[in-house]
Amino acid sequence: MSEVRYTDQHEWIRLDGDEATVGITKYAAESLGDVVFVELPASGKAVAAGGEAAVVESVKAASDIYAPAGGTVITANSALEAAPSKVNEDPEGEGWFFKLKLSNKDEFAKLMDAAAYAKFLELL
Amino acid sequence: MSMNNQGRPSGAGEAFPAHIATISGDRGLDHEEGLIFELGHGATGVDLPDVQISDARLGGARRNGLIGLPGLSEPEVIRHYVRLSRKNYAIDSGLYPLGSCTMKHNPRLNEKMARLPGFGDLHPLAPQSTTQGALEVISALMNWLTTLTGMPAVAMSPKAGAHGELCGLLAIRAAIAARGENRKRVLVPESAHGTNPATAAFAGFTVDEVPAMPNGRVDAEALKAKLGPDVAAIMLTNPNTCGLFEGEIVDIAKAVHEAGAYFYCDGANFNAIAGKVRPGDLGIDAMHINLHKTFSTPHGGGGPGAGPVVLSERLAAYAPLPLLVAGADGLRLIEDAADAPEGAKPFGRMCAFHGQMGMFTRALTYMLSHGRDGVRQASEDAVLSANYILASLKDVMSAPFGDGPCMHEALFDDSFLEGTGVTTLDFAKAMIDEGYHPMTMYFPLVVHGAMLIEPTESESKHSLDRFIHVLHTLATEARAGQTARFAGAPHLAPRRRLDETAAARKPVLRWKPDPLKEAAE
Amino acid sequence: MRYLPLTPDDRRAMLAKIGAPDVDSLFRDVPKSAVVALSAFNLPDTQGEMEVDRAMSKLAAKNVAAGAAPFFCGAGAYKHHVPSAVDHLIQRSEFLTSYTPYQPEIAQGTLQYLFEFQTQVALLTGMEVANASLYDGSTATAEAVLMAQRITKRGKAILSGGLHPHYAETVETVAGLFGPVERTKVTPGSAEDIIALIDDQTACVVVQSPDVFGLIRNLRPIAEAAHAKGALLIAVVTEIVSLGLLEPPGAQGADIVAAEGQSIGNGLNFGGPYVGLFATREKFLRQMPGRLCGETVDAEGRRGFVLTLSTREQHIRREKATSNICTNSGLCTLAFTIHLSLLGEDGLTRLAQLNHAKASALADRLAALPGVELVTNAFFNEFTIKLPKAAAPVVDALVKKGVIAGVPASRLLPREKSTENLLILAATETNTDEDFDALVTALKEAI
Repeated sequence: MSEVRYTDQHEWIRLDGDEATVGITKYAAESLGDVVFVELPASGKAVAAGGEAAVVESVKAASDIYAPAGGTVITANSALEAAPSKVNEDPEGEGWFFKLKLSNKDEFAKLMDAAAYAKFLELL
Repeated sequence: MSMNNQGRPSGAGEAFPAHIATISGDRGLDHEEGLIFELGHGATGVDLPDVQISDARLGGARRNGLIGLPGLSEPEVIRHYVRLSRKNYAIDSGLYPLGSCTMKHNPRLNEKMARLPGFGDLHPLAPQSTTQGALEVISALMNWLTTLTGMPAVAMSPKAGAHGELCGLLAIRAAIAARGENRKRVLVPESAHGTNPATAAFAGFTVDEVPAMPNGRVDAEALKAKLGPDVAAIMLTNPNTCGLFEGEIVDIAKAVHEAGAYFYCDGANFNAIAGKVRPGDLGIDAMHINLHKTFSTPHGGGGPGAGPVVLSERLAAYAPLPLLVAGADGLRLIEDAADAPEGAKPFGRMCAFHGQMGMFTRALTYMLSHGRDGVRQASEDAVLSANYILASLKDVMSAPFGDGPCMHEALFDDSFLEGTGVTTLDFAKAMIDEGYHPMTMYFPLVVHGAMLIEPTESESKHSLDRFIHVLHTLATEARAGQTARFAGAPHLAPRRRLDETAAARKPVLRWKPDPLKEAAE
Repeated sequence: MRYLPLTPDDRRAMLAKIGAPDVDSLFRDVPKSAVVALSAFNLPDTQGEMEVDRAMSKLAAKNVAAGAAPFFCGAGAYKHHVPSAVDHLIQRSEFLTSYTPYQPEIAQGTLQYLFEFQTQVALLTGMEVANASLYDGSTATAEAVLMAQRITKRGKAILSGGLHPHYAETVETVAGLFGPVERTKVTPGSAEDIIALIDDQTACVVVQSPDVFGLIRNLRPIAEAAHAKGALLIAVVTEIVSLGLLEPPGAQGADIVAAEGQSIGNGLNFGGPYVGLFATREKFLRQMPGRLCGETVDAEGRRGFVLTLSTREQHIRREKATSNICTNSGLCTLAFTIHLSLLGEDGLTRLAQLNHAKASALADRLAALPGVELVTNAFFNEFTIKLPKAAAPVVDALVKKGVIAGVPASRLLPREKSTENLLILAATETNTDEDFDALVTALKEAI
């Protein structure tokens, strides 16, 4: 049974056992516009919670993607390099960016759940 | 009466039906034009002898095989580039309201002067006794720039505004190092040009953003609160990118100096105050001057520019090489730090040779033509024209800082378009169909859906009135729900909107021969 | 004032519309004390076109134009014949007075020539991609070193002693902020052993060919050695016409080519504006600085061009941009593109051959003078000779005889005593036999 949490920087993170998958939310994908390029982290890279982990670019904007929680990168979604449009088509599914082995699950637990994130979006 | 009934009809006739395609693909004066590589056919546009040479002195490095360049005759090359030129908007053909870019008239005398053989055909390393006139041009321009800004020194070599920013920050870096200090932080308002934070990072500093206030000015209190022993400099644009004068600037400068930091001013908007206000009087330590903005060297489709940097007493010693000094034999370029006059500690060199001489001759010609009175009048007219636009449009377009006068730019946001379905982009693109270049859009970032209009001093009242009429009508129509002309605009330009997403996802950055066509030949 | 269309009546009417009593009231945000009287500026007042023309022409006449004397200066800037069509076309209003092509629907003219320019530069240098130009060759070289530092995540840059000293100083000033920059010693006319200096901390090696003394360098072994250590080879070309005759750096393994394009289409202009050429491998595209133009289609499916990959640039990336560069060298790239289009494959090849033939002929004549030694044995259109005495005073003496003899090496390397007697000369298609006679005669007398 997997759990999904969200950050105020519009990343989502889904935890399955020890492994967490990270991407950007539908809201973020829509505000960015057509994604044209992604820069993914190398496997084995250690990232801190809130640290820069990847880059996503649309025609007009480039944004850093921060790790919602600290850990080590297990793998990245290299399919995005050839088909960055997946980020727009299915941001919270096939458009995931990287998987992490979390170093501290408490960091995950502190993030917003779906209801809290929905509320957060309403306030923007 | 004798009648000639064989003559040609002289009435206007029927309109060409829009749905009928032309056979050629061209439409009247609007020609489609292939790439030069697609037009080449082995002709030549120059007549040069075919000299046979030996390989003896080529070090074994002679090229094998062809480069792949097309061959065309002179008439073909001229037609090609004339046809391309006709697909461009230009200040010579219409009002160019690009805020922060300053598209003003480019006098042709300036072009003529820059092409005098004594300037245009002068080698940068020719013996200095043969280049005294050129050095006098540089010296005269330095005098104009330091006098207009009230600053004691100027570094002439930076090749553009951003290059000037880098020069200024490197001088600041050198001055801080000379004090034995290590200051790493540069404060940049969030309304700044993108070059400011980019330059600060490029010069090895970290960037700390200062918020703007609801009135479009930098938050001076927040700025002062951020000052500390690790702050190297602030970078402030004044007049700022919202087209407003930072009234607290003297106070800010004082606080910056008290904190031991330096005040870099982005001089992109100097054209609003030239001949009226001296930045040196405001406490500025370094400011670049975009000769291609304020002093009207042509933008040329994106360059070349020139960005001399005026420096305060505190920074003057660190100006980069080359330096220009006056001596018994006339003017002399100092090209090596070892020859620098006493007290000079140049931080290095910005580029080869001595800067954008071709821009210097044009800018000096502009200054001599205008004179101090003309420079002042130009600033006043630029500010007057922007305020005239603001006053004439603020009833239908939303001016976020609408109450007070603006400087040389009128800023609007997109709240007047709310609920219309028309975006800032649509609005701007509809201007193209009306024969205008759009204003600057989505900049500065501190305003939502920003539209920044800079008419400059080069427009007649008639031209301004016509422009105002078009924008007023567009805004009124958009608000009344008459939005048909906005959707997908422009419709009447050489091209419709272009697919920038496709361009970025699969970049095609050069022509390549079509392999199928090659095989067939 | 002839450039200002508003009349006093217009200004009054506009102020009335604004509701302002006078222009000064529009400057009310400026502290009163900061607005100065016109008399505070000790500068002249408005002048008519005729007076300004006269004043500027007088200054121009104090200079000796390259075309006004037998002329042999090179060292990073070269005198070539530019066909008349070039200057005519670049002065068309639609090119001269347009802005950066941010509105592609009404800027296809600029965008298409940039696309053509990028293609020409890629072909000439033998590289896969080129940008829409940088300020000049020296700043392009500095940008190349910064790019190599980003790609390799290493700091150290090794500069060949044959790199133009102004270029080396430009690199040291900027790239020196991010890592050590080492400049090798070189014996003019020979290649130093730069390979021995490459280690696993090296981001890049920078080698100019032909070098500042005119020597053609073999880049292949340097590229191999650099790559073996994970470093990049940056090839610098200051005389781009040489690539009409010589093997391009791309074919020799260069990873980045930074070049000065002035020789094609652009005048000497006392050092600027010039045009920086910048080309690299496709795999490094995202790390490349400067503007890029790309092909796409419009809403009706017609081919068109746009500025692309601009997320690398300062206006979007701000402090994370690959470079702070904002402009390219627009009009100079256009001049380059038009001149190269006029030349074509055949014209450029002939031009390059002619340059080499002229320089070879001159080198033979000078080397035959007693006491003169030819230092550079493999060259394109520029070479170095050693005189029996200091070169700078000889050049000054020749000025008095109406000959501009070249660039003394001591002007570029004033601290290198060993270069005192060296003179760097360039000969191009513009030099005649009479020029050669004048130089040989004058030089013979002076030494």
